[in-house]
Amino acid sequence: MARILVSEADFDVGAEIALLTAGRTDIGGIGCFIGTVRDAVPQADAPVVTALTLEHYPAMTERAIGRIVKEAERRWTLLGCTVIHRVGRMAPGENIVLVLAASAHRQAALDATAFLIDWLKTKAPFWKREEFTDGASAWVEAKESDDAAAERWR
Amino acid sequence: MITILYFAWLRERTGLSEETLALPDSGMTVAGLIALLAGRGPGHAAAFQNRRTIRCAVNQEFADPDTILRAGDEVAFFPPVTGG
Repeated sequence: MARILVSEADFDVGAEIALLTAGRTDIGGIGCFIGTVRDAVPQADAPVVTALTLEHYPAMTERAIGRIVKEAERRWTLLGCTVIHRVGRMAPGENIVLVLAASAHRQAALDATAFLIDWLKTKAPFWKREEFTDGASAWVEAKESDDAAAERWR
Repeated sequence: MITILYFAWLRERTGLSEETLALPDSGMTVAGLIALLAGRGPGHAAAFQNRRTIRCAVNQEFADPDTILRAGDEVAFFPPVTGG
């Protein structure tokens, strides 16, 4: 039974792991990915990100995440799974997304975690808008590298 | 009638988050709807200018250009997703 949550509120990674493992002794490993807002840019003199806003399609989001989780559960024997994705405006350093995948063995836990975040990035209806120190703002463009990362799980 | 939703820069360019439309013919596809919407004014024309950068969902499921629309459908247009 997966825990899927889309929320403006931040999450507590320790509390989420505790919730995932409560009362269980059959879990051998937990994969964990935390996505955070970063302000770094490639060029030294380029404007820096001051805030990130996540927009989503509320009626579709949890259903789309649920389908991705089901696919992970079909591919690996998972003993628990948590996906939390924040929406709204966030500052650099803040958490955006949490993926936890628990299994009896590390390989399934690690692979399922990587799969979940790769597919979340390309198959769940979220859009990022960045604000910069110079006052400008722009929608983040989808990256071909993200499509390639999702494609390797075909 | 169908309900049309816009997200991210499609919402900004059309100036709408939602609109409703009477389906002009029963066999209309997503591609046909895009062609129709692109002619609705300069904002819509700008939003649908580069169709390769537009994704679509019908009733909250990803849809193709040849997906056929039916009365009562919720059709959403948005850019390629960038979450995670």
